[in-house]
Parts: sequence; structure tokens; C-alpha cells
Amino acid sequence: MNIVDLLFYFFATLTVGGAVLMVFSKHPVPAALFMITSLVGVAALFVLLEAFFLAILQVLVYAGAVMVLFLFIIMLLDVGPEGGKASRIKVVSGLAGSVAAGLLVILVLNFVLQTGFESNRQIWPAIDESSMVTGQNLVFSTAVKNFGFGLFTKYMLPLQVSGFLLLAAMVGVIILSKKSVAEES
Amino acid sequence: MAKTVVLERKPLSLSERTYLPQIVTGLKTTFSNLFKEKVTLQYPEEKPVIPQGYRGVPTLVKDPNGREKCVSCQLCEFVCPPKAIRITPGEVPEEDESREHVEKAPEDFEINMLRCIYCGYCQEVCPEEAIFLQNEYSLSGYDREELINHKEKLYELGGTLPDQHYKWDKKRKAELEGNSH
Amino acid sequence: MMDLELLQVLLLKCLFAFLMVSVVMSMAGYSVLAERKVSAWMQGRVGPNRTVLPLVGYVPLIGPLLRGLGMFQPLADGLKFLFKEEIVPGHVNKIYYYLAPLVALVPALTTMTVLPFGEFVDSTGNKIPLILANLDVGVLFIFAVSSLGVYGIVLAGWSSNSKYPFLGGIRSSAQMISYELAMGLSLLPVFLWTSEPGSMVSSLSLVQIANAQDSSAWLVLVQPLSALIFLIALFAETNRLPFDMPESETDLVGGFHTEYGSFKFGIFFVAEYAHIVIGSAIFTLIFLGGWHFLPWINDPWPTSWIGTLLGTGWFLAKTVFLIFFFIWIRWTLPRFRYDQVMSLGWTKLLPLSLANLVFYVILITWLDQSALNT
Repeated sequence: MNIVDLLFYFFATLTVGGAVLMVFSKHPVPAALFMITSLVGVAALFVLLEAFFLAILQVLVYAGAVMVLFLFIIMLLDVGPEGGKASRIKVVSGLAGSVAAGLLVILVLNFVLQTGFESNRQIWPAIDESSMVTGQNLVFSTAVKNFGFGLFTKYMLPLQVSGFLLLAAMVGVIILSKKSVAEES
Repeated sequence: MAKTVVLERKPLSLSERTYLPQIVTGLKTTFSNLFKEKVTLQYPEEKPVIPQGYRGVPTLVKDPNGREKCVSCQLCEFVCPPKAIRITPGEVPEEDESREHVEKAPEDFEINMLRCIYCGYCQEVCPEEAIFLQNEYSLSGYDREELINHKEKLYELGGTLPDQHYKWDKKRKAELEGNSH
Repeated sequence: MMDLELLQVLLLKCLFAFLMVSVVMSMAGYSVLAERKVSAWMQGRVGPNRTVLPLVGYVPLIGPLLRGLGMFQPLADGLKFLFKEEIVPGHVNKIYYYLAPLVALVPALTTMTVLPFGEFVDSTGNKIPLILANLDVGVLFIFAVSSLGVYGIVLAGWSSNSKYPFLGGIRSSAQMISYELAMGLSLLPVFLWTSEPGSMVSSLSLVQIANAQDSSAWLVLVQPLSALIFLIALFAETNRLPFDMPESETDLVGGFHTEYGSFKFGIFFVAEYAHIVIGSAIFTLIFLGGWHFLPWINDPWPTSWIGTLLGTGWFLAKTVFLIFFFIWIRWTLPRFRYDQVMSLGWTKLLPLSLANLVFYVILITWLDQSALNT
């Protein structure tokens, strides 16, 4: 077992443990903190896969911005530990959670059974210059440039669509928050 | 009736609204302050200049001939607003030539510096010009006892001050000449 | 078994890491001193000049000079924090209360791994940057990790279980979100400018950005607006006046660290100054040419280890100047009101940085096109 494997097990434990603790903690603030731990663990796993850019985006966007917003809202609304009121929601969310977990287990099992535990490892090229010139046959790589290139050539439409979706959400939020102001006046 | 004039505030110009020129001006001011002469007094090494008429710690003084001036009339004790002064009166022995006519001298003179408010009434009221608030301003101690100044301490702090009148010497001289009153 | 060469490399890395940490931490310690000294001078005072070490302090000439400049003060301050009584208020949430200072300090120390501070040219002419980990996305790494630093403040505010720290924590999180956007957007034109068209290397690396300013214009001259927005956002991200909302002494007592004492407070304090040191270093690298000499002038030093040392020294000098600038601003400007901070971030800086981005995109495209056509 070399050091990378050790690190993998450490961060995998961190990720899964953080996620489990998040689900089971009663108070929302520790739950959010465990979620951050989990997200940072995922980022570390990305680093082990040498996908530095993805790892950094994971930390920057989720741990650094989204979760700060979460915490901000939790603290601003001063949400206490959950009481007995939400028992119906609890049942529903428990059901949804177990279904999702089951699906995940099936997925992982399927993957493992198909490929076997010792799949022949392949080292991806860090950068593939030929694909940049032609724009064809994009090869997976961890370099930022390839991400950008891929996003603006092959995945142009999904990028635009997701951007449009986000814009729609933003406009929706603005309209929703504007409405109350208009009613007051 | 006074006329109220409402001054219209001028709208800010574009450069004023960015605040940047103002910030630069402020930075210039603070930067020029960097090199100005410092006003700090390095206290224990450098002492401040005490202005005239400063009211420091109250002390008892002796006249230039080294005689005790206080006659323990207890006026200062009565006038002291916080009742910081306590005098135990004592007598001056008759045979003391140099102190003829002076009947009393304090046996003990206590000024409680924890009570003293440095008002200077004692100095003002003293008919013998025996008590003065002098330049001493720094006093400290470890317990309450230590901050009660007794007679020896008061004389040590006070020292000797010049005397214009020599009141009792004049009285003695007058009596010798035969017109005591 | 590990072979000897690997061990050597590992040891060397550890040594470098130790050096880096000690340099940055002592710079943080001495910027506390600088803060006290500069503020004193600006207010007509002399600042700390009493602390003295035995032996060194009594060397003629040097001793009194060091003493007068307060050079032994950081040591005394650190010891003071160390030897103070550890007080934990009864109403705090213990685990998170202890965790918060660490969460604040770790990101500040982690960011220095991708901070280049010089360059070494070996015998074959290869340029080797002096850096712990040469990531091709160095800037993003610094953003990502330093954005985690806010959790230390939020955690401290929440776990203290008391009103003022709580307000400080909330303010801090809101401020972080608001200014991170403007900060990121202000740097995009820089990346566009430094990555040449058709080049295969991404210029998200700080080394590349610094080298792009070698014997050409500094980026602060090319993109003054980006530099300004980045600087303002940097002030906000490091919680420095005029943006020190989380710990505004006048309205929040001590802000997030009100309930902290002794060494735990010391850690917060050092973390804050470490952020300033690293922030200054990043600004130097991106906008002030890093270890390169003046704009448009070739580095005057030779390409040997002397040149490397001089370059590193020049880089440090620029960083120190920026730290001074941080302090200078602090003792010049009053604090913003909280709503002013928010409105400045969202309604002024964000649109401004977007406009700046659009302008430079058009400009760079035009320049590239005309370069291709000729």
C-alpha cells in the first residue's frame, strides 16, 4: 500500500463520514460544517486523481461560496435543532434518502462487477495538443485549457443551456423578491 | 427673529463620488504625519515641565531657619472637604528660645492621600503658610497604610520654602520693644 | 523501502516548507509590529520601544536601534499570548470553539504553498521558479483555500454563543460572498492578457503571470481598474479597515473573537496578518511584476544565485511596501457602515468589474486580430 492509497482511504473516510454525520446531526450548523468537510474530502479525492482544476472548483464554488451562503442563512434565521414537528417530512426524506442510497449502491456494484477491482489503470495525457487544433476527438485531460476548450466547442450547447437556466432562476428570484416590495407600497 | 438659511448642498462631481481623490488627500496627510516630530514624553526618563501654581501632593514646609511652621491650629483639618487631614496637636516646650510665643506644634500630622482631592483649600486657609501643594505628582503604594502621609514624610516632601514674614520673630521683637499688640 | 533520492527530495521539500512557514509567520509577526509603529508615527507617537532582549539588546549601536524600532516586541507579544491564562467561557460550544482558530489559521498557511517568490536559472538556461508546489491553477487554488478562511470566523462567531461574535460571523460571511465575485471577475482580464493566443500553457499560474511582466509593462499600468478592484476586494477579504466589519471594535466590541483569549486569540491575530502578507504577495505577483525589476527595464541582476537572491529581495521589498500600504490605509480611512459595504460590493464593484472584463475582452480580441493580420 503506497502513500496515495493511504491518502485515498483517509479522504474517502472523511467524505463518507462527513456525509453520514451531516445526515444524522440534529443541529443545522454542525450539519452544514460536516457537509463542508465532505465537500473538501471530495476535492481531495479529485486531487488524488490529478484533476486539480475540478478539485479547486469544488472548493471554490461549493465549500467556499455556496456553503458560506448556507451557513449565513442558517445563522441569520437562527434555525435551532429540529423538533418533533417535522416527522412527516422526516419520513419522506428518509424514504428518498434510502432510495438514493440504494441506487448508488447498485450503480457502484454494477461498475465494480463489470470492470473488476483491478482494472487496468490508464494514465491520461496531461494535455493533448492535437485535439485542440482539430477540435475533434477531445481527449480527457486535467489541464485547464482543455476544460475551456471542451466547454466552448463540444459542450457549447449544454453550457449555454445551463447558463440560461441559471439566468432564469436569477430572474425568478428577483421577481419573487420584488413582489413583496410592490405590495408594501 | 433669526432668519434660517438653508444651504443647498452642491451635487458631488464624478471624481468626488468615487472618493478616490479624497482618499489620496487623506493618505498624503497621514504620510506627512509620519515624519513629524513626536509628542510622546518618554516618561520615567523625561519628566514633564510642571507649570507654576501646580497643585501636587500637599506637604508641610519649614522656614529657612529650619523651624517647623505649623502651629497645629487645625484650620486645614476643618476646611478639608474630604476630611483627609488629621492632626494630633502637641506642645512646644517653653524653653525653646527660637520658638518663643509658639505654643503648639503638631505631634502628628496625617494626610490620607487616598482621600485628598488636591483642592488646595488647606494651603489657602493656613495662617502660618505651613502647608503647600507642591510639584510632587507621582505617588503610589502597596497598601492603604502606605498612602497615609505622616509628619516625617510630609516634611521630607515639603522641605524648606523661603519666608517673607517671619511672623513669630516679628512678634518676639515687638514684645522685646514693648508693643506686643 | 524508500530509496535515498526520494528521501532527499522529501527532506528538501520539508526544509523548504519549514522555511516558507517561518518566513511568512515572522513577516506576519513583524507586520503586527509595523502596524503599531506606523500607527504611532502617524499619530505623533513613538510606538513600542521598550522591549529588550538580554545580550543582543545591549550591543552598542545595534542594540539601542533595534530596541528603539521595537524589534523585540513581537517576541514579547507572542510569549504574552502563550503564557496568559486559558479562559473558556461557560456558554460556548466547546468543540467548535476550539476548532475555530485552527480553521482560521490553516487556510492562511496553506495558500503559501503555491506562492512563488523568485526564480532560479540553472546551467542549462531553464527557469526554475522558487515555489513549493507549481500548480497550473495557482491563483484559483489561493482563492479556493483562502475562501475557506471565512469558516474560522463564522465558526468562532457561532460557537461563542454570544451576540457580538455572532453578528461578526454573519457580517463576515455576507462580506466574503459579496467581494469574492468582484475579486474573481477583476482577475479574468489579467488571465486573458497574460495568455498569448495559441499558447499551450494556461496562465492561471502565478509564475506565468509574473513572468509575463518581465521587461514589459506591469499589469497595474495596463489594467489599473482591475488592480483597483482587486485591491479593494483584497481589503474586504482580509477584513482590513475600511472593511473590518467582522471585528469592528467600536460597534461589536471585538467581533468574532470577543470571547477568545490567550493563545486562541493569538492564532486569530496571526491568521489575520498572515492573510495580509499573502494578499500583498499575490498583488505583487499579479500586478507589480513579482520579482522583476521596474516596468520596461530588464532585470539588472546577473542570472546566477546572486540574481535569484536579489530578485527575491526585490519581491519581498514590494510585498513589504504593500503591507505598509495596508497599514497606511487603515490609519487613514474610517470604517464603512455595513450597508455601505454591501452596496459598494454589489452595486458598484460587481458591475464595474463586469464592464472592465467586457472592455478588455474586446480590446484583447482586437489586438490579437490585428496582430494576426499583420
